[in-house]
Amino acid sequence: MSSRAVAVERLSKAFPHTDRNLVALQDVTLDLQPGEFVCIVGASGSGKSTLLNVLAGLETASSGRFEVQGRVALMFQEAALFPWLTASQNVELALELRGVKKSSERRRQAHDLLERVHLRGFERRRPHELSGGMKQRVALARALAQDADVLLMDEPFGSVDAITRDLLHEELVRLWRASSLTILFVTHNAREAVRLGDRVLVFTSRPGRVAQEFKIDLPRPRSLDSPELAVVAGRITERLKQEMRPDGH
Amino acid sequence: MATEPVVQEAEDVVPETVEVPERPHGARRVWSWLWPKLAALALFIAAWQLVVWSGWRPDYALPGPLPVFQRLSEDLGRPDFYVGVAITLRRALVGYAIAIAIGSVIGLLVARVPIVRKAVGHAILGLQSMPSIAWFPLAILLFQATEGAILVVVILGAAPAVATGLLAGVDQVQPLLVRVGRVIGARGLQLYRYVILPAALPGYVGGLKQGWAFAWRSLMAGEIINIVSHQPSLGQQLQFARDFADAQQLLALMIVIFFIGVVVDLGFGFADRAIRRRRGLA
Repeated sequence: MSSRAVAVERLSKAFPHTDRNLVALQDVTLDLQPGEFVCIVGASGSGKSTLLNVLAGLETASSGRFEVQGRVALMFQEAALFPWLTASQNVELALELRGVKKSSERRRQAHDLLERVHLRGFERRRPHELSGGMKQRVALARALAQDADVLLMDEPFGSVDAITRDLLHEELVRLWRASSLTILFVTHNAREAVRLGDRVLVFTSRPGRVAQEFKIDLPRPRSLDSPELAVVAGRITERLKQEMRPDGH
Repeated sequence: MATEPVVQEAEDVVPETVEVPERPHGARRVWSWLWPKLAALALFIAAWQLVVWSGWRPDYALPGPLPVFQRLSEDLGRPDFYVGVAITLRRALVGYAIAIAIGSVIGLLVARVPIVRKAVGHAILGLQSMPSIAWFPLAILLFQATEGAILVVVILGAAPAVATGLLAGVDQVQPLLVRVGRVIGARGLQLYRYVILPAALPGYVGGLKQGWAFAWRSLMAGEIINIVSHQPSLGQQLQFARDFADAQQLLALMIVIFFIGVVVDLGFGFADRAIRRRRGLA
């Protein structure tokens, strides 16, 4: 148990106060090894986000247990930068809350982090002056500023254009390989999942649970357009469709 | 993969295109801001002069712009005129500052504590719509003809607006930003200090602005009704000008009162726009 970065055991989450007594997660069990990159694919409303929220401590589980080794960071679909702060200040705030006391040290580290996500020269821009992809890079730098051991990502590149997304994929993989980060990445896009993950977990909808696991042995760096990747992604998409058809199970 | 270099270029081009467009600068900007106001002022003075020339009211009741502005410039040369302005402004600032303190505390309590919101949330809104002058008889009974009675009414006029503004600001904070704040480690009061209060600032400034308007009105009403001896405030001078049927003085004072209101409002306008521009809301 202790060697796993994330251990989730029979985790369930119900929202009893909603109209249909919604069960978002039912008996979800999964493990992440330290340094592993795991993607969860599922249709919208399949409880993927709920799982991340529970792991990040934003919501409590109804039953079951989970354990996360070390610090957790969470990135959302929207960059959700604080609009009253500059790019650098957004990152500096995360450093301050993490306990970096000296402001000059915070600024230095924030600039380093922004450089790591290729935003050198944009430190003093405010969020509304940045493009969608750049905002997500700042959000990534802010997540890295938390010095987390586990990074949870909730469709973080869902709202950027395809080209920018491809670049962000590259950078994310580069940052991940250069670190000891464990990443749990949620998406509804099978190709994105295969592009990034060591493993891909297919989620069922309502209630959400792990339906099948795919191990991705494709060599890195992977290209979104490679035929091998498309084949694996196709199989995952088939499996997803099966889940989404009412007569599928 | 022939797209790769093009992709790089597309990303590199972004810095130039997000450059904030340069705004017209210096004298031209001031002039384009100023001239419509000057034109409106000129039209107003012309209309005023026409009414006076029409003979609708005798000169001692409605003097023309020229004698009034002459009187105003005389007033501006008298030191005791500034004593009156200083008394009024001091009351305004003291009352407004106390109103901000009380209003902010109450606004925060209502925002943060559900039971307080249920108990007094509506009462604060009701208080805001209650004309503050309705408090005067009670204030005078409690504090007699003192500055205290005036300040109480100024505070009662302004504090609910400040509280309402802060409450609205806090209520409108995007839940996602609060979640981000929690994810990056802000707890309890930190969440307020680093996320909720900064996010609520535009609403709060709106409340401060409205609070000032209420404070200023209440103050004028108070100074006219409640004459404090040896305190020749603007409102009191206004009342005396009426008592002595000194219409020139009366109108000159009204111009001063209007002018102070406009200047303060401009200050709030600049602050409001600066905040919005920083956040990309304007």
